[in-house]
Parts: sequence; C-alpha cells; structure tokens
Amino acid sequence: MVKIVFIEHSGDEHPVEVTPGGTLMEAAIDNAVPGIDADCGGCCSCATCHVFVEEQWLNKLAPMGPNEEAMLSLSPDRKENSRLSCQVPIVDALDGIVVKMPEFQY
Amino acid sequence: MSEQGLSDSHTSKWSMVGKDPNTIPLDEIDLAHPGIWQRNEFLPFLERLRRDDPVHYCPKSAVGPYWSVTKYKDIMEVDTSPDIYSSEPSIGIVDAFEEFTLPSFISMDPPKHDEQRRVVQGVVAPANLKNLETLIRTRVCEILDNLPLHEEFDWVERVSIELTTQMLATLFDFPFADRRKLTYWSDVATAIPGGGIVDSHEERWLAIQECMAYFTELWNQRVNAQGGNDLISMLAHGEATKNMQPMEYLGNVLLLIVGGNDTTRNSISGGVLALNENPDQYAKLRANHKLIPNMVSEIIRWQTPLAYMRRTAKVDTVLAGKNIKAGDKVVMWYASGNRDEEAIQNANAFLIDRPNARKHLSFGFGIHRCMGNRLAEMQLRILWEEIMKRFEFIEVVGEPTRIYSSFVKGYSKLPVVVHPL
Repeated sequence: MVKIVFIEHSGDEHPVEVTPGGTLMEAAIDNAVPGIDADCGGCCSCATCHVFVEEQWLNKLAPMGPNEEAMLSLSPDRKENSRLSCQVPIVDALDGIVVKMPEFQY
Repeated sequence: MSEQGLSDSHTSKWSMVGKDPNTIPLDEIDLAHPGIWQRNEFLPFLERLRRDDPVHYCPKSAVGPYWSVTKYKDIMEVDTSPDIYSSEPSIGIVDAFEEFTLPSFISMDPPKHDEQRRVVQGVVAPANLKNLETLIRTRVCEILDNLPLHEEFDWVERVSIELTTQMLATLFDFPFADRRKLTYWSDVATAIPGGGIVDSHEERWLAIQECMAYFTELWNQRVNAQGGNDLISMLAHGEATKNMQPMEYLGNVLLLIVGGNDTTRNSISGGVLALNENPDQYAKLRANHKLIPNMVSEIIRWQTPLAYMRRTAKVDTVLAGKNIKAGDKVVMWYASGNRDEEAIQNANAFLIDRPNARKHLSFGFGIHRCMGNRLAEMQLRILWEEIMKRFEFIEVVGEPTRIYSSFVKGYSKLPVVVHPL
C-alpha cells in the first residue's frame, strides 16, 4: 500500500492508502477527498485535478508530457511544482507523498 | 462563428424538418441545417447517427461536405487532439467569407492560441470570481425583486438577457447604460441573415462595424490609462495582444461577448424549461436547495447551449474506423455526446442529483475548454439560490421560441408567470 496525504487549501489533511496502479487523481476521487474535480475523468483535458507536489517528491514522479504542459500552462494558478494528478501514476516509490491543492480548480 | 452560407428559409430544400429520422437514408442526414434545431426535432436525428453511423459523412449540404462526430468518446478524441484537428480557420461550420474573417483565439492553434488566451483568462479565473460574487448576487436580487408577480412576462428578456448583459458590461467595464448594445452585437455575431436578427449580410456587417468603432474608442481610452483589470485593458496591455491588428481585436471582443452572453443566457432559460418539463425534479429542488450546484451542471449538460464546435483535419487520419482526409471539416456535436448512453447513464433524463454531473461536454475539453465555465456556473448557482428564496414556481405558460441556428442552441422567448412563496 502507498500512503498519500492530500492537503486542502484550507489546511485540512486527508491521508489515504491505496494500492499502486491507479493515479493520484483516482486516489483522491475514490476516497472522496474534496478539492479535486476531475471533470474530464482523467484524460488530461480539463486541468481540474491540479495539485502542488512537495519538493522532495517532484523528481520521483512520471515526467510531464506535452498535453499536461499545455493544459497546465493555461491555469492562472500554476506554480513550479504544479502537476495534473490524473497524469501521475502511483508507484511504490511515492509512499508517503504529500500534495497540496489549489484554492480553486480552474 | 458565423453561418452565412446557410439557406435563409425554413422551407429550404436542405431542411430536415418533417423527415423521418429513422427511415431517411443516412447520407441525406444533415445536422447543420438550422430547421430541426429551431423546431426542437434534432434529438432523434442525433440518436440515429449515434446508433447507425457515429462518425457520419454528409456529402452534400448548404455548407458543403462535412463529418459529424456524435459519440462522447469520439468527440473527446477530436477535442483533445489539436495536432490532428485544427481550430483554424473557423470553429463555425461555414468558412467565413473573406471580408468577414475575424480572427480570434478560439479559432487559432497553439502557440498563438495559448498566448492570447493567457492574457484574458485571469478575469474569469476562480480567484477573481470570488470578488465578483457579491456584485452578482446584488444584481440578481435586483432583477428578481422587480419581476411582475402573477402575470405573464418574457423570462428571456427580463432575466436571462438582463443578468448576462450586466455581467458582460462589468467584465469589459463597458458603459452600463449602453449595455444592451452588447446583447445586440452578440446576437448579430452569430446571426444568419433572414433568421430574425438581421435581414441581410450588409445589415449584419453594418452592426459589426458599429461594434468595432465603439470598442476601438474604448481601446484608445484604456491603452493610455494604467492598471485597469477589465478585459479591454487586459487586451490593450497584454504582451501577446497589445499589437493585434484591428480585425483581430474585434474578433477577440466578439468571441468574449458571445462566449459570455448567449451561452449563459440560454442556460438560464433552459433551466426554467427543464424544471417545468420535469416537475418531479422541481419538487426535489424545493425540498433540498443544496442540490443547486449539482443542478447547475445538469442544466448546462441538458441545454448544451452551443450545439457543436468544428475542427478541420490537418492530416489524413482515422476516427472510429472512418478515413478522414486532410482539409475535411469535422463537427463535434456536443449536443449529441451529452445524450450518449454509453458515456452518461440515463442520458435523456434531466436529473438534478445526477452523480458525476460535471462530466459533460458543454464546455468542450482540451486547450479550448470554455474559459468562463466557472463564471457561468457561479451566475447560475447564485440565480437559483435567490430564485428559491423568493418563488414557489416559475411557471412556463406557453411554447418557447427557439433560435434559428444549429450552433447557438437557445431561446428568444420564454413566457412565464412567477408565483411567490
């Protein structure tokens, strides 16, 4: 099992445990974590599953593809550590990862 | 965004009105003609295509040959593949006449699209919307408190148009007293000559020139002023937009006017109609106002205020087994994908507590996804919150008048009587 902590903009923490295989977005949706909308259902085309990944985990994530870059580049809240959680597969190496959510999903 | 090439008459030989959607030969089905949309007869034609020919080629129509994409998953594929399916030269089904060509970022591909869109999207980003919520609520209350009670009036005119036009005037910092000009220009921008708004191409062009002159004046005022956070100031000062050609400025202005106007307006009217046609859902709403945010998404799906977006194939490609050639027009019928049972359970039912109600196609997906989606949802949410505080029933008392267009799916009249709590 991989432990993930989602932190809402308000500071509320939501620790969840999931088996590897899905995505960060699915981990949030399947565990009813508020703050992730995922309107498109996970095909990198709405930018409503935006998260900020804590620094030490960034280089452990699957690299960003051109579609994710294109969608994120249109988000006004984008930061250096922004990712779309539907594009981040969960692997064992991510055990303990902490991600924060923006105030609004665009 | 225009449909000038379409025939002006309801009795046009191209009209599908009165034809049997289940027996008409497939290659005669032409969704682009406005007739079946105005008569509200389009659904069975969409259903036939989803069932028998989901990616459908219409070889002959008033607007030339084109492909119709009718299934949710195929629409997603087209919408999320801008490298294959271009938004240039137009997202309307007709290639505009040269003198009418108005470039805007909705009909551009990356990188120019991204650069121009980035300039203006902040105005409708959720962080900015928080500042607008109080203002919107004040205006909604004022509009609702001034409605006549127990007597018939036109909901489109008194509520849908008024609210969206006020909002638009605010976003542009447009002279408030002149705000109905925005409504008129928005209607004109998508009008088919002879369809009720303008009678000729010349009349349409005159109105657009008037719009151009007005907005040029506003640009000139703001380009020399500091720090405006309205859309015109943003365009006038944005790196990617400050040196736009006049026609490109006009194109982007009309895009923002139409995008912020027709769409929300018709969802405001459509929601009233949907609740009247589904009294069990209206009862559900009265019993639980917390359903409003979910209902808003369901209204936007059910109405689908823009029926389609068009792309143009950049290369030869295959979609759902069909060979599409470079240069072919490919029309994504959002109005059909939103009723696709394979993607949305019980898709023809209007259910205000539908699970996953946000998963609909009305805003499009991918890089061209509606920029103002959160603003639209917020306006509808506040409107319905305030409606439910005041009125027991907004009763539709006559047939709505639908717009003559296969693109803008909406209403020009909706007679109602409101009954207070």
